[in-house]
Amino acid sequence: MLRLYTDARVRFALAAALTVLPASNPLAHGWAGERFFPATILTDDPFVADETSLPQVSLNPPGLDDSQLTNIEIDLSKRITRDIGFTIGDEWQRLRSPGVTSVGGLGPLRTGAQYQLFVDGPHQALGLLGLTVTWGHTGRAAVGAPDFTTLSPTFDFGKGFGDIPRSLTFLRPFAITGNLGFDFPTQATTAGVPNPNNFSYGFAFEYSFPYLECCVKDVGLRAPFNQLIPLVEVAFTTPISRAPANQTTGTIQPGIIWAGQYFQIGAEAIIPANRGTGHGYGGVVQLHFYLDDIFPRSIGRPISEWW
Amino acid sequence: MRRIIVVLVAGLAAIGNAPSPRAHAFLDHASPAVGSSVPAPPPIVALWFTQDLEPAFSGVTVTNEAGQRVDLGNAQIPQGSPAELQIGLKPLPRGTYLVSWHVVSVDTHPTEGTFTFEIKP
Repeated sequence: MLRLYTDARVRFALAAALTVLPASNPLAHGWAGERFFPATILTDDPFVADETSLPQVSLNPPGLDDSQLTNIEIDLSKRITRDIGFTIGDEWQRLRSPGVTSVGGLGPLRTGAQYQLFVDGPHQALGLLGLTVTWGHTGRAAVGAPDFTTLSPTFDFGKGFGDIPRSLTFLRPFAITGNLGFDFPTQATTAGVPNPNNFSYGFAFEYSFPYLECCVKDVGLRAPFNQLIPLVEVAFTTPISRAPANQTTGTIQPGIIWAGQYFQIGAEAIIPANRGTGHGYGGVVQLHFYLDDIFPRSIGRPISEWW
Repeated sequence: MRRIIVVLVAGLAAIGNAPSPRAHAFLDHASPAVGSSVPAPPPIVALWFTQDLEPAFSGVTVTNEAGQRVDLGNAQIPQGSPAELQIGLKPLPRGTYLVSWHVVSVDTHPTEGTFTFEIKP
């Protein structure tokens, strides 16, 4: 029997909380069983969470016309219940084009609703359904903000490989997350230019040093190296109507995430996947806070548990 | 400028990694070590976490390759070491053993994990 040293009221509150909470997703941000999934930078996360990116700064590779976009982005994810959440985000953008005075302004407002479809701890698997709305007329047109609203249903998933045979020691820290989705603009054309429906897909391939150290083999890594997660993210968008299908664009983003107790820091290079996307290189850095760990007894809990 | 960035990053890392009575409890290290081979049967398994633990909701078991428990069922958090969980073991023959733990940090965040160690004289 464990030695009890905690105040009785705290024990009662803990017992009540652990009893009434549904088993589907008791762990807040990206956990499935013993696997921790960090928040990735390029691809959507497959879990509802209480987290915020504050900020994410990216310098995109030059486009076909050598114009270059700099973004400073803020995102918030908040749980309403244990399985339902919402997201909201916006960004300030600066567009520099050769021979033209650079322009800056807000990008479009994005909001999303999310439902945690499943969390399978033993198999380290997660699934999430989401609907993101990119709102028209909420940003500055000069930096590319649209004058139409786009609806984007998505399926996001995550899978850790910790459940493969233990003899495959150094493969078990691998994990993959990804998202599949469509973009449906609510307006077919803008000034005669078609707004295509798109198929979007992206994946993050991760190797978790925290998982290696906790659950596979202690190879002697200590802080901060035992909290690193090297990863490669890829994301593509392919038009499926009102534009040629060969206009696929996308980026490949190798990088690394350091995950601490209260926040994580990530950095990735941005490499265009094809000539249609751009040329050269860019980069992105992100500071991301875990609100459920910073404020575990107040705003870090689902809204349904605030009272 | 570079010095400012270095100081900022180091400061954030120190804050983010500082021990605290809150947040998810990660396994920091264990004895026997995760995935290790030891020459002699250990008398206990000890686990050290990154956060203080809630003893009423934290536990650990050790099983052999046949799935039979080989621990003494006396999991405890030692006095004065609130982030440590340990359990005694029966005398063990050579073989591979599975350690399964689940803990709740003192702010109610649950985490769990498993790892193996081997006794190989």
